[in-house]
Amino acid sequence: MTSAATIQKKSIRFRARSFVAFALAPEAPLGEWLRGLDRWTENSPGFFAGRPVVLDLNILKPNPREVAGLVAELAARGIRIYAIEANAIDALGPELPPLLRGAKTAIIDEAQAPSSQTAKAAAPAKLEEPPESSALIIESPIRSGQSVFHPHGDVIVLGSVGSGSEIVAGGSVHVYGTLRGRAFAGATGNGKARIFCQKNEAELLAVDGWYRTADDMEPSSRGRPIQAFLDNGVIWVAALD
Amino acid sequence: MAKVVVVTSGKGGVGKTTSTASLGAALAQAGKKVAVIDFDVGLRNLDLVLGAERRVVFDLINVTQGVAKLSQALIRDKRVDTLFLLPASQTRDKDALTEEGVANVIAELREKFDYVICDSPAGIERGAQLAMRFADEAVIVTNPEVSSVRDADRIIGLLDSRTLRAERGESVNKYILVTRYDAARAARGEMLTIDDVLDILSTPLLGIIPESEGVLRSSNVGSPVTLNEPNNAAARAYFEAARRLQGEDVPMVLPVDRRGLFDRLFGRRAA
Repeated sequence: MTSAATIQKKSIRFRARSFVAFALAPEAPLGEWLRGLDRWTENSPGFFAGRPVVLDLNILKPNPREVAGLVAELAARGIRIYAIEANAIDALGPELPPLLRGAKTAIIDEAQAPSSQTAKAAAPAKLEEPPESSALIIESPIRSGQSVFHPHGDVIVLGSVGSGSEIVAGGSVHVYGTLRGRAFAGATGNGKARIFCQKNEAELLAVDGWYRTADDMEPSSRGRPIQAFLDNGVIWVAALD
Repeated sequence: MAKVVVVTSGKGGVGKTTSTASLGAALAQAGKKVAVIDFDVGLRNLDLVLGAERRVVFDLINVTQGVAKLSQALIRDKRVDTLFLLPASQTRDKDALTEEGVANVIAELREKFDYVICDSPAGIERGAQLAMRFADEAVIVTNPEVSSVRDADRIIGLLDSRTLRAERGESVNKYILVTRYDAARAARGEMLTIDDVLDILSTPLLGIIPESEGVLRSSNVGSPVTLNEPNNAAARAYFEAARRLQGEDVPMVLPVDRRGLFDRLFGRRAA
Protein backbone atom coordinates (compact mmCIF):
# COMPACT_ATOMS: atom_id res chain seq x y z
CA MET A 1 0.00 0.00 0.00
CA THR A 2 1.39 3.38 -0.92
CA SER A 3 1.45 6.21 1.53
CA ALA A 4 -0.84 8.27 -0.69
CA ALA A 5 -3.55 5.65 -0.41
CA THR A 6 -3.23 5.68 3.37
CA ILE A 7 -3.74 9.38 3.51
CA GLN A 8 -6.83 9.23 1.33
CA LYS A 9 -8.45 6.70 3.62
CA LYS A 10 -8.00 8.81 6.70
CA SER A 11 -10.55 11.47 7.40
CA ILE A 12 -10.01 14.20 9.91
CA ARG A 13 -11.27 13.23 13.30
CA PHE A 14 -12.68 15.78 15.66
CA ARG A 15 -12.72 14.78 19.23
CA ALA A 16 -14.61 16.53 21.93
CA ARG A 17 -12.86 16.55 25.24
CA SER A 18 -13.84 18.07 28.49
CA PHE A 19 -11.31 19.73 30.72
CA VAL A 20 -11.83 21.09 34.13
CA ALA A 21 -10.56 24.64 34.33
CA PHE A 22 -10.09 26.85 37.34
CA ALA A 23 -12.35 29.84 37.05
CA LEU A 24 -11.04 33.08 38.49
CA ALA A 25 -13.85 35.50 39.19
CA PRO A 26 -12.47 38.96 40.01
CA GLU A 27 -14.60 41.22 42.16
CA ALA A 28 -14.64 44.97 42.62
CA PRO A 29 -12.64 46.72 43.94
CA LEU A 30 -10.14 45.11 41.62
CA GLY A 31 -7.00 46.32 43.43
CA GLU A 32 -8.03 44.59 46.62
CA TRP A 33 -8.96 41.42 44.78
CA LEU A 34 -5.54 41.33 43.10
CA ARG A 35 -3.83 41.82 46.46
CA GLY A 36 -5.82 38.88 47.83
CA LEU A 37 -4.71 36.82 44.84
CA ASP A 38 -1.09 37.77 45.51
CA ARG A 39 -1.42 36.59 49.10
CA TRP A 40 -2.78 33.27 47.87
CA THR A 41 -0.05 32.72 45.26
CA GLU A 42 2.58 33.68 47.84
CA ASN A 43 1.42 30.73 49.91
CA SER A 44 1.02 28.44 46.93
CA PRO A 45 3.58 29.52 44.36
CA GLY A 46 3.23 27.76 41.07
CA PHE A 47 -0.33 26.74 41.85
CA PHE A 48 -1.60 28.06 38.52
CA ALA A 49 1.39 26.92 36.49
CA GLY A 50 0.28 24.69 33.63
CA ARG A 51 -3.32 24.65 34.78
CA PRO A 52 -6.11 25.88 32.55
CA VAL A 53 -7.51 29.06 34.06
CA VAL A 54 -10.69 30.70 32.80
CA LEU A 55 -11.45 34.31 33.64
CA ASP A 56 -15.05 34.69 34.78
CA LEU A 57 -16.09 38.32 34.33
CA ASN A 58 -19.78 37.89 35.14
CA ILE A 59 -19.32 39.37 38.63
CA LEU A 60 -16.93 42.21 37.83
CA LYS A 61 -18.69 43.10 34.55
CA PRO A 62 -15.88 45.30 33.18
CA ASN A 63 -16.29 47.11 29.88
CA PRO A 64 -14.47 45.40 27.00
CA ARG A 65 -11.65 47.98 27.04
CA GLU A 66 -10.66 47.07 30.62
CA VAL A 67 -10.36 43.37 29.91
CA ALA A 68 -6.92 43.61 28.25
CA GLY A 69 -5.50 45.36 31.31
CA LEU A 70 -6.86 42.68 33.63
CA VAL A 71 -5.48 39.87 31.47
CA ALA A 72 -2.09 41.62 31.50
CA GLU A 73 -2.21 41.96 35.31
CA LEU A 74 -2.81 38.23 35.62
CA ALA A 75 -0.13 37.41 33.04
CA ALA A 76 2.30 39.44 35.14
CA ARG A 77 1.49 37.04 37.99
CA GLY A 78 2.25 34.05 35.79
CA ILE A 79 -1.41 33.16 35.29
CA ARG A 80 -2.22 32.46 31.66
CA ILE A 81 -5.87 32.85 30.78
CA TYR A 82 -7.17 30.19 28.40
CA ALA A 83 -10.61 31.68 27.85
CA ILE A 84 -12.90 34.41 29.09
CA GLU A 85 -16.44 33.97 30.31
CA ALA A 86 -18.53 37.13 30.09
CA ASN A 87 -22.22 37.13 29.21
CA ALA A 88 -22.28 40.89 28.67
CA ILE A 89 -19.44 41.00 26.16
CA ASP A 90 -20.12 39.98 22.57
CA ALA A 91 -16.67 40.08 21.07
CA LEU A 92 -13.08 40.68 22.13
CA GLY A 93 -10.02 41.60 20.11
CA PRO A 94 -7.95 38.83 18.52
CA GLU A 95 -5.09 39.54 20.96
CA LEU A 96 -7.23 38.39 23.88
CA PRO A 97 -8.15 34.84 24.86
CA PRO A 98 -11.34 33.56 23.21
CA LEU A 99 -14.76 34.03 24.75
CA LEU A 100 -16.25 30.92 26.26
CA ARG A 101 -19.98 30.34 26.27
CA GLY A 102 -21.98 27.83 28.20
CA ALA A 103 -19.55 26.31 30.62
CA LYS A 104 -20.40 22.72 31.53
CA THR A 105 -21.55 21.96 28.00
CA ALA A 106 -23.15 18.67 27.21
CA ILE A 107 -20.92 15.70 26.57
CA ILE A 108 -20.61 15.33 22.83
CA ASP A 109 -21.01 11.96 21.25
CA GLU A 110 -17.94 11.18 19.22
CA ALA A 111 -19.93 9.35 16.57
CA GLN A 112 -21.76 12.48 15.49
CA ALA A 113 -20.69 14.56 12.56
CA PRO A 114 -18.34 17.39 13.48
CA SER A 115 -20.52 20.09 11.90
CA SER A 116 -23.43 19.45 14.22
CA GLN A 117 -21.11 19.17 17.20
CA THR A 118 -19.92 22.73 17.07
CA ALA A 119 -23.46 24.03 17.27
CA LYS A 120 -24.26 21.73 20.12
CA ALA A 121 -21.16 22.63 22.05
CA ALA A 122 -22.08 26.27 21.93
CA ALA A 123 -25.51 25.72 23.39
CA PRO A 124 -25.69 26.11 27.14
CA ALA A 125 -26.64 22.86 28.79
CA LYS A 126 -28.22 22.20 32.11
CA LEU A 127 -25.90 21.88 35.07
CA GLU A 128 -25.16 18.30 35.79
CA GLU A 129 -22.68 16.26 37.75
CA PRO A 130 -19.72 14.95 35.77
CA PRO A 131 -20.63 11.45 34.58
CA GLU A 132 -17.62 9.83 36.24
CA SER A 133 -17.31 10.49 39.91
CA SER A 134 -15.13 7.52 40.61
CA ALA A 135 -12.36 7.50 43.16
CA LEU A 136 -8.74 7.36 42.10
CA ILE A 137 -6.82 4.79 44.11
CA ILE A 138 -3.03 5.11 44.24
CA GLU A 139 -1.16 2.22 45.78
CA SER A 140 2.35 3.68 45.65
CA PRO A 141 3.74 6.59 47.64
CA ILE A 142 3.43 10.07 46.11
CA ARG A 143 6.97 11.40 45.78
CA SER A 144 8.21 14.94 46.23
CA GLY A 145 7.48 17.01 43.12
CA GLN A 146 4.67 14.78 41.91
CA SER A 147 1.22 16.22 41.43
CA VAL A 148 -1.98 14.21 41.36
CA PHE A 149 -4.94 15.96 39.75
CA HIS A 150 -8.28 14.18 39.85
CA PRO A 151 -11.17 16.61 39.42
CA HIS A 152 -13.99 14.06 39.31
CA GLY A 153 -13.91 12.37 42.67
CA ASP A 154 -11.97 11.24 45.69
CA VAL A 155 -8.27 10.46 45.74
CA ILE A 156 -7.23 7.57 47.95
CA VAL A 157 -3.51 7.07 48.58
CA LEU A 158 -2.40 3.88 50.30
CA GLY A 159 1.19 5.08 50.79
CA SER A 160 2.61 8.33 52.02
CA VAL A 161 2.46 11.72 50.35
CA GLY A 162 5.93 13.26 50.27
CA SER A 163 6.95 16.75 51.26
CA GLY A 164 6.78 18.97 48.17
CA SER A 165 4.10 16.94 46.40
CA GLU A 166 0.42 17.75 46.01
CA ILE A 167 -2.93 16.09 45.57
CA VAL A 168 -5.79 18.01 43.99
CA ALA A 169 -9.13 16.23 44.18
CA GLY A 170 -12.62 17.24 43.18
CA GLY A 171 -13.85 15.16 46.10
CA SER A 172 -12.19 14.14 49.33
CA VAL A 173 -8.58 13.14 49.89
CA HIS A 174 -7.79 10.02 51.90
CA VAL A 175 -4.19 9.20 52.81
CA TYR A 176 -3.49 5.94 54.60
CA GLY A 177 0.14 6.89 55.21
CA THR A 178 1.76 10.10 56.34
CA LEU A 179 0.60 13.25 54.57
CA ARG A 180 3.67 15.48 54.28
CA GLY A 181 2.76 17.40 51.12
CA ARG A 182 -0.23 19.55 50.22
CA ALA A 183 -3.78 18.32 49.83
CA PHE A 184 -6.59 20.18 48.05
CA ALA A 185 -10.01 18.61 48.51
CA GLY A 186 -13.14 19.85 46.76
CA ALA A 187 -10.94 21.76 44.34
CA THR A 188 -13.72 22.11 41.78
CA GLY A 189 -16.03 23.83 44.24
CA ASN A 190 -17.15 21.20 46.71
CA GLY A 191 -17.22 22.62 50.22
CA LYS A 192 -18.36 19.32 51.66
CA ALA A 193 -15.19 17.48 50.69
CA ARG A 194 -12.79 16.52 53.46
CA ILE A 195 -9.19 15.46 53.93
CA PHE A 196 -8.35 12.41 55.99
CA CYS A 197 -4.91 11.14 56.82
CA GLN A 198 -3.31 8.58 59.08
CA LYS A 199 -0.56 10.95 60.18
CA ASN A 200 -0.68 14.69 59.65
CA GLU A 201 2.61 16.32 58.68
CA ALA A 202 0.94 18.32 55.88
CA GLU A 203 2.39 21.51 54.46
CA LEU A 204 -1.06 22.77 53.50
CA LEU A 205 -4.65 21.54 53.76
CA ALA A 206 -7.29 23.12 51.54
CA VAL A 207 -11.00 22.54 50.97
CA ASP A 208 -12.84 24.39 48.21
CA GLY A 209 -10.11 27.03 47.96
CA TRP A 210 -9.95 27.75 51.70
CA TYR A 211 -6.70 26.66 53.17
CA ARG A 212 -4.58 26.31 56.26
CA THR A 213 -0.79 26.07 56.20
CA ALA A 214 1.32 24.00 58.57
CA ASP A 215 2.14 27.18 60.48
CA ASP A 216 -1.53 27.84 61.19
CA MET A 217 -2.27 24.36 62.47
CA GLU A 218 -2.49 23.50 66.14
CA PRO A 219 0.76 21.76 67.10
CA SER A 220 -1.38 19.13 68.79
CA SER A 221 -2.80 18.06 65.42
CA ARG A 222 0.65 17.21 64.04
CA GLY A 223 1.80 13.63 63.76
CA ARG A 224 -1.68 12.26 64.42
CA PRO A 225 -4.56 10.90 62.38
CA ILE A 226 -6.76 13.86 61.48
CA GLN A 227 -9.57 15.02 59.28
CA ALA A 228 -9.86 18.50 57.84
CA PHE A 229 -13.18 20.00 56.84
CA LEU A 230 -14.71 23.33 55.97
CA ASP A 231 -17.20 25.11 58.18
CA ASN A 232 -18.24 28.73 57.55
CA GLY A 233 -15.10 29.53 55.59
CA VAL A 234 -12.78 28.09 58.22
CA ILE A 235 -10.73 24.92 57.80
CA TRP A 236 -11.00 22.79 60.90
CA VAL A 237 -8.39 20.16 61.65
CA ALA A 238 -9.74 17.58 64.06
CA ALA A 239 -7.94 14.59 65.51
CA LEU A 240 -9.39 11.19 64.71
CA ASP A 241 -7.87 9.29 67.64
CA MET B 1 25.05 -9.30 30.83
CA ALA B 2 25.87 -6.53 33.23
CA LYS B 3 23.59 -4.97 35.76
CA VAL B 4 23.39 -1.22 35.23
CA VAL B 5 23.30 0.66 38.52
CA VAL B 6 22.84 4.43 38.82
CA VAL B 7 24.14 6.20 41.90
CA THR B 8 22.01 9.29 42.29
CA SER B 9 20.65 11.71 44.91
CA GLY B 10 19.16 14.92 43.56
CA LYS B 11 21.09 16.98 46.05
CA GLY B 12 24.77 17.68 45.53
CA GLY B 13 27.54 16.96 47.98
CA VAL B 14 25.91 13.98 49.70
CA GLY B 15 28.52 11.48 48.50
CA LYS B 16 27.46 10.15 45.09
CA THR B 17 30.94 10.13 43.58
CA THR B 18 32.60 8.78 46.72
CA SER B 19 29.97 6.05 46.93
CA THR B 20 30.28 5.20 43.22
CA ALA B 21 34.03 4.82 43.59
CA SER B 22 33.84 2.84 46.85
CA LEU B 23 31.02 0.52 45.74
CA GLY B 24 32.65 0.04 42.33
CA ALA B 25 35.99 -0.77 43.92
CA ALA B 26 34.39 -3.07 46.51
CA LEU B 27 32.60 -5.03 43.76
CA ALA B 28 35.82 -5.23 41.74
CA GLN B 29 37.76 -6.34 44.83
CA ALA B 30 35.21 -9.15 45.11
CA GLY B 31 36.25 -10.27 41.61
CA LYS B 32 33.45 -8.66 39.58
CA LYS B 33 34.25 -6.86 36.35
CA VAL B 34 33.11 -3.30 36.95
CA ALA B 35 32.86 -0.17 34.80
CA VAL B 36 32.16 3.14 36.50
CA ILE B 37 30.91 5.97 34.28
CA ASP B 38 31.13 9.64 35.24
CA PHE B 39 27.99 11.38 33.92
CA ASP B 40 28.89 14.72 35.44
CA VAL B 41 29.94 16.26 32.13
CA GLY B 42 31.63 19.59 32.78
CA LEU B 43 32.26 18.92 36.47
CA ARG B 44 33.96 15.59 36.42
CA ASN B 45 35.30 14.28 39.74
CA LEU B 46 35.27 10.51 39.60
CA ASP B 47 38.68 10.44 37.88
CA LEU B 48 40.19 12.32 40.84
CA VAL B 49 38.60 10.10 43.47
CA LEU B 50 39.89 7.04 41.60
CA GLY B 51 43.32 8.61 41.07
CA ALA B 52 43.08 8.35 37.27
CA GLU B 53 43.10 12.05 36.36
CA ARG B 54 46.55 11.90 34.74
CA ARG B 55 45.54 9.06 32.46
CA VAL B 56 42.42 10.52 30.83
CA VAL B 57 42.74 10.66 27.04
CA PHE B 58 39.23 10.11 25.68
CA ASP B 59 35.96 10.56 27.52
CA LEU B 60 32.27 9.64 27.46
CA ILE B 61 31.39 12.41 25.00
CA ASN B 62 34.13 11.29 22.58
CA VAL B 63 32.70 7.77 22.67
CA THR B 64 29.04 8.83 22.24
CA GLN B 65 30.06 10.98 19.28
CA GLY B 66 32.09 8.22 17.69
CA VAL B 67 35.42 10.07 17.98
CA ALA B 68 36.94 7.31 20.08
CA LYS B 69 36.23 3.65 20.63
CA LEU B 70 35.00 2.52 24.01
CA SER B 71 38.14 0.44 24.52
CA GLN B 72 40.28 3.55 24.00
CA ALA B 73 38.38 5.60 26.55
CA LEU B 74 38.11 3.03 29.35
CA ILE B 75 40.85 3.43 31.96
CA ARG B 76 41.86 0.32 33.87
CA ASP B 77 42.54 0.86 37.57
CA LYS B 78 46.18 0.28 38.59
CA ARG B 79 45.27 -1.42 41.89
CA VAL B 80 42.30 -3.61 40.96
CA ASP B 81 42.50 -4.88 37.42
CA THR B 82 38.77 -5.59 37.07
CA LEU B 83 37.82 -1.94 37.72
CA PHE B 84 37.45 0.41 34.77
CA LEU B 85 36.60 4.11 34.54
CA LEU B 86 34.84 5.89 31.69
CA PRO B 87 35.54 9.54 32.51
CA ALA B 88 33.35 12.54 31.74
CA SER B 89 34.47 15.43 29.60
CA GLN B 90 35.49 18.49 31.59
CA THR B 91 35.42 20.90 28.67
CA ARG B 92 31.88 20.19 27.43
CA ASP B 93 28.48 20.51 29.07
CA LYS B 94 25.58 18.16 29.58
CA ASP B 95 23.89 19.18 26.32
CA ALA B 96 26.62 17.27 24.51
CA LEU B 97 25.12 14.01 25.78
CA THR B 98 22.51 12.41 23.56
CA GLU B 99 20.15 9.66 24.62
CA GLU B 100 21.08 7.58 21.60
CA GLY B 101 24.79 7.97 22.28
CA VAL B 102 24.40 6.97 25.92
CA ALA B 103 22.21 4.02 24.92
CA ASN B 104 24.94 2.71 22.60
CA VAL B 105 27.69 3.08 25.21
CA ILE B 106 25.62 1.33 27.90
CA ALA B 107 24.65 -1.47 25.52
CA GLU B 108 28.29 -2.07 24.65
CA LEU B 109 29.36 -2.01 28.32
CA ARG B 110 26.57 -4.46 29.22
CA GLU B 111 28.21 -7.07 27.00
CA LYS B 112 31.62 -6.84 28.63
CA PHE B 113 31.07 -6.21 32.35
CA ASP B 114 29.30 -7.61 35.41
CA TYR B 115 28.39 -4.18 36.78
CA VAL B 116 28.07 -0.81 35.06
CA ILE B 117 27.82 1.93 37.69
CA CYS B 118 26.68 5.35 36.53
CA ASP B 119 27.72 8.29 38.72
CA SER B 120 24.89 10.80 38.28
CA PRO B 121 25.40 14.56 38.43
CA ALA B 122 23.40 16.45 41.05
CA GLY B 123 20.07 17.93 40.06
CA ILE B 124 17.11 16.53 38.18
CA GLU B 125 17.90 17.88 34.74
CA ARG B 126 19.18 16.29 31.56
CA GLY B 127 22.47 14.94 32.93
CA ALA B 128 20.83 13.25 35.89
CA GLN B 129 17.98 11.91 33.76
CA LEU B 130 20.36 10.42 31.19
CA ALA B 131 22.45 8.83 33.96
CA MET B 132 19.37 7.00 35.28
CA ARG B 133 17.73 6.39 31.91
CA PHE B 134 19.03 2.84 31.29
CA ALA B 135 19.44 1.71 34.91
CA ASP B 136 18.26 -1.65 36.21
CA GLU B 137 18.96 -0.68 39.80
CA ALA B 138 19.40 2.59 41.61
CA VAL B 139 21.37 3.49 44.70
CA ILE B 140 19.91 6.67 46.16
CA VAL B 141 22.48 8.40 48.33
CA THR B 142 21.19 10.60 51.13
CA ASN B 143 22.47 12.16 54.32
CA PRO B 144 20.42 11.92 57.52
CA GLU B 145 19.14 15.45 56.99
CA VAL B 146 15.79 16.77 55.73
CA SER B 147 16.76 18.51 52.50
CA SER B 148 18.72 15.60 51.05
CA VAL B 149 15.92 13.23 52.06
CA ARG B 150 13.30 15.31 50.27
CA ASP B 151 15.51 15.51 47.17
CA ALA B 152 15.95 11.73 47.35
CA ASP B 153 12.16 11.39 47.40
CA ARG B 154 11.98 13.54 44.27
CA ILE B 155 14.60 11.39 42.53
CA ILE B 156 12.70 8.21 43.42
CA GLY B 157 9.68 9.73 41.69
CA LEU B 158 11.77 10.30 38.57
CA LEU B 159 13.20 6.77 38.73
CA ASP B 160 9.61 5.51 38.71
CA SER B 161 8.61 7.61 35.72
CA ARG B 162 11.53 8.65 33.51
CA THR B 163 13.64 5.51 33.23
CA LEU B 164 13.38 3.14 30.29
CA ARG B 165 12.30 0.38 32.67
CA ALA B 166 9.50 2.53 34.09
CA GLU B 167 8.30 3.42 30.59
CA ARG B 168 8.19 -0.29 29.71
CA GLY B 169 6.04 -0.90 32.78
CA GLU B 170 8.86 -2.58 34.70
CA SER B 171 10.48 -1.07 37.73
CA VAL B 172 13.97 -0.05 38.74
CA ASN B 173 15.12 -1.74 41.96
CA LYS B 174 15.83 1.09 44.35
CA TYR B 175 18.01 1.13 47.47
CA ILE B 176 18.82 3.85 49.96
CA LEU B 177 22.43 4.41 50.98
CA VAL B 178 22.68 6.72 53.99
CA THR B 179 26.08 8.37 54.12
CA ARG B 180 27.82 10.57 56.72
CA TYR B 181 25.77 8.98 59.48
CA ASP B 182 26.83 9.95 62.98
CA ALA B 183 25.10 7.68 65.49
CA ALA B 184 25.85 9.89 68.47
CA ARG B 185 24.35 12.95 66.80
CA ALA B 186 21.32 10.97 65.63
CA ALA B 187 20.81 9.79 69.22
CA ARG B 188 20.88 13.41 70.39
CA GLY B 189 18.23 14.30 67.80
CA GLU B 190 20.59 16.49 65.74
CA MET B 191 20.22 14.22 62.71
CA LEU B 192 17.38 12.21 61.30
CA THR B 193 17.52 8.60 62.44
CA ILE B 194 17.65 5.74 59.95
CA ASP B 195 14.04 4.95 60.83
CA ASP B 196 13.01 8.52 59.99
CA VAL B 197 14.76 8.34 56.62
CA LEU B 198 13.26 4.96 55.71
CA ASP B 199 9.81 6.04 56.90
CA ILE B 200 9.88 9.07 54.60
CA LEU B 201 11.34 7.26 51.59
CA SER B 202 9.68 3.83 52.06
CA THR B 203 12.47 2.18 50.08
CA PRO B 204 14.80 -0.64 51.26
CA LEU B 205 18.14 0.21 52.82
CA LEU B 206 21.40 -0.80 51.13
CA GLY B 207 23.74 0.41 53.83
CA ILE B 208 24.66 3.00 56.42
CA ILE B 209 28.05 4.63 55.89
CA PRO B 210 29.31 6.25 59.09
CA GLU B 211 30.86 9.71 59.06
CA SER B 212 34.57 9.05 58.82
CA GLU B 213 37.71 11.09 58.33
CA GLY B 214 39.13 8.20 56.33
CA VAL B 215 36.73 8.87 53.45
CA LEU B 216 38.00 12.38 52.81
CA ARG B 217 41.60 11.31 53.43
CA SER B 218 41.24 8.57 50.81
CA SER B 219 39.54 10.84 48.26
CA ASN B 220 42.38 13.31 48.54
CA VAL B 221 44.98 10.67 47.70
CA GLY B 222 42.89 9.46 44.77
CA SER B 223 41.79 6.15 46.20
CA PRO B 224 38.40 4.80 47.25
CA VAL B 225 38.29 4.16 50.98
CA THR B 226 37.71 0.44 50.36
CA LEU B 227 41.19 0.26 48.75
CA ASN B 228 43.04 2.81 50.83
CA GLU B 229 41.82 1.93 54.32
CA PRO B 230 39.94 -1.37 54.01
CA ASN B 231 39.56 -1.72 57.79
CA ASN B 232 38.00 1.69 58.25
CA ALA B 233 34.36 1.59 59.48
CA ALA B 234 33.14 3.39 56.34
CA ALA B 235 35.06 0.96 54.11
CA ARG B 236 33.55 -2.01 55.94
CA ALA B 237 30.09 -0.49 55.46
CA TYR B 238 30.77 -0.10 51.72
CA PHE B 239 31.94 -3.72 51.48
CA GLU B 240 28.71 -4.86 53.14
CA ALA B 241 26.60 -2.61 50.88
CA ALA B 242 28.36 -4.09 47.83
CA ARG B 243 27.53 -7.60 49.06
CA ARG B 244 23.87 -6.61 49.51
CA LEU B 245 23.89 -5.17 45.99
CA GLN B 246 24.92 -8.65 44.78
CA GLY B 247 21.87 -10.09 46.50
CA GLU B 248 23.58 -11.38 49.62
CA ASP B 249 21.68 -11.16 52.88
CA VAL B 250 24.00 -9.25 55.21
CA PRO B 251 22.57 -8.16 58.56
CA MET B 252 22.37 -4.40 58.94
CA VAL B 253 24.35 -3.14 61.92
CA LEU B 254 24.05 0.46 62.99
CA PRO B 255 27.55 1.96 63.23
CA VAL B 256 26.82 2.78 66.88
CA ASP B 257 26.96 -0.88 67.87
CA ARG B 258 30.65 -1.12 67.13
CA ARG B 259 31.73 1.62 69.48
CA GLY B 260 30.71 -0.21 72.64
CA LEU B 261 32.27 0.62 75.97
CA PHE B 262 34.44 3.49 74.79
CA ASP B 263 31.40 5.26 73.41
CA ARG B 264 29.47 4.75 76.63
CA LEU B 265 32.31 6.14 78.73
CA PHE B 266 33.43 9.08 76.62
CA GLY B 267 30.92 9.50 73.80
CA ARG B 268 28.58 11.89 75.53
CA ARG B 269 31.21 13.95 77.31
CA ALA B 270 33.29 14.40 74.19
CA ALA B 271 30.36 16.13 72.52
